[in-house]
Amino acid sequence: MRLDQMYQEVILDHYKNPHGKGLVEPFDSQVHHVNPTCGDEITLRVKLSGAAGSQVVESVSFDSQGCSISQASASVLHDQVEGVSLDQAFLTLDEFSSLMKSATAEVTLDEELLGDAIAFEGVAQYPARIKCALLAWMAFKDAAVQATSAAQPAGDE
Amino acid sequence: MTEPTPLDVDRIRKDFPILSRTVRGGRPLVYLDSGATSQKPVQVLDAERHFYEHINAAVHRGAHQLAEEATDAYESARHTISAFVGGQPEDLVFTKNATESLNLVTYSFLNATLKAARGLELPEGGEHFVLEPGDEIVITEIEHHANLVPWQELCSKTGATLRWIPLTDDGRLNLSTLDTLINERTKCVSIVHQSNILGTINDVVLIGEHAARVKSLFVVDACQSIPHMPVDVGTLGADLVAWSGHKMLGPTGIGCLWGRSEVLAAMPPFISGGSMIRKVTMEGTTFADPPQRFEAGVPMTAQAVGLAAAADYLTDLGMANVAAHEHALTGYALDGLESIPGVRIIGPRNNVERGGAISFVVDGIHAHDVGQVLDDRGVAVRVGHHCAAPVCQRYGVTATVRASFGVYNGFDDVDSLVAAVKDAKQFFGVTD
Repeated sequence: MRLDQMYQEVILDHYKNPHGKGLVEPFDSQVHHVNPTCGDEITLRVKLSGAAGSQVVESVSFDSQGCSISQASASVLHDQVEGVSLDQAFLTLDEFSSLMKSATAEVTLDEELLGDAIAFEGVAQYPARIKCALLAWMAFKDAAVQATSAAQPAGDE
Repeated sequence: MTEPTPLDVDRIRKDFPILSRTVRGGRPLVYLDSGATSQKPVQVLDAERHFYEHINAAVHRGAHQLAEEATDAYESARHTISAFVGGQPEDLVFTKNATESLNLVTYSFLNATLKAARGLELPEGGEHFVLEPGDEIVITEIEHHANLVPWQELCSKTGATLRWIPLTDDGRLNLSTLDTLINERTKCVSIVHQSNILGTINDVVLIGEHAARVKSLFVVDACQSIPHMPVDVGTLGADLVAWSGHKMLGPTGIGCLWGRSEVLAAMPPFISGGSMIRKVTMEGTTFADPPQRFEAGVPMTAQAVGLAAAADYLTDLGMANVAAHEHALTGYALDGLESIPGVRIIGPRNNVERGGAISFVVDGIHAHDVGQVLDDRGVAVRVGHHCAAPVCQRYGVTATVRASFGVYNGFDDVDSLVAAVKDAKQFFGVTD
């Protein structure tokens, strides 16, 4: 049944016991994203460390309300990008975006990068829910970019 | 009053081809989303097709036979649709949808205000549409965004103040402060007749009396009432009434704005261009009388013809019969849903002055997830904030599940809904 493909056990586990939920200090950037069609919201914080060019995602934390898909997705995001290099985090983000297009396009996926996120393959079958799954990832992208530019010395072009 | 005749739902369903299709791997479709848009009977589809196959031409221009027949079809549709709501054809403006109808009103205010500031001439009575800082617009907390955001925009541009009638805990308007909310500063009161999210039917006549007492314009958003109950625009006490075609079994792409003749005549145009003019020179333009003043460009003719067929279809069923049928479905659904532990109705629980839009939440399961299981069972409902986000905020929920009924729904559809909600609880392991 397709419903079971969408709500895989791993997704429901993340939903019931989310990782990274609860905003932590310190942080470099904080963003607030909403899904305007359903009202789901997420506040997400990112802390980077290391020198420009070799930065590491030191922490990702969030506070959110929303459906199981958006909540579980935020939890998986936390697991996949916290503690890895910023470059790897963005690669993972690209993989997740590709995964969300997998219902309508041929994509090759790096399952190692995706980890538990591969479970969202079923969600890609439901166009109305893709935005739920992407909410946290897009918030992370925004926050990471802001944190990166915040790390640039002022006046540096 | 004569007793309503029960609707023959089995016969009605045969007129709606889409209702015999299956969804999600062979499930029969249980369509409970008529509040978002209704399905269309073959009579409407045939009327549109007939128009395109035999009559199609641009209306109100050209002198060939097709142009005459197309114009006649368009204006006949205006007759039929205005009669359906007890109005006169010259008082009915066709728009793209109800949102545009309401924007037509707010932009009449804005345009009158801008023209007055430049000392330009307004139509007779147009000064009623001129706003100044300190003027007030009154809406309610229960409005669809279509009757909220345009007023916010208007107020932000003119300096007028937006005020609203608040909601009670049980999903009704709190009318206790009506006397102070609607006062001598009030220039316009605009309220929804029946709520799209809570189903509440508002006391339009009472609020209209308050508006009339202070000589305020009174606008009614009738999107969710005209398709579901007998509505006579003349007895609502409204100056302007907006509604959409696609929620009353008609096509998308057409909405309506009925207005009292002298009110429409006082309104400056909204969208300008061809067809809405009297005389055009390079130096300036004078405008046609309503309704043409508000119908710039080639209008949505086939849609008007289709909407007239929808009005005829509903007239044949009898709007009192439609209302009685949907009232019975609503009562049955409220009982069925409330029998499920953990289900909470957002909105009036008693089936009095409420229509067939039922919002609810299920403890422990987000509305989207409930909707997904319902969808898997073939039950189509809407989930989210239903373009009425402040209502969700008022009741402390992010989103609700909304089931809404149409003439083609039967008690079996309610049974499917209730069974699917129970399935959702089981699927997500929510125990009682």
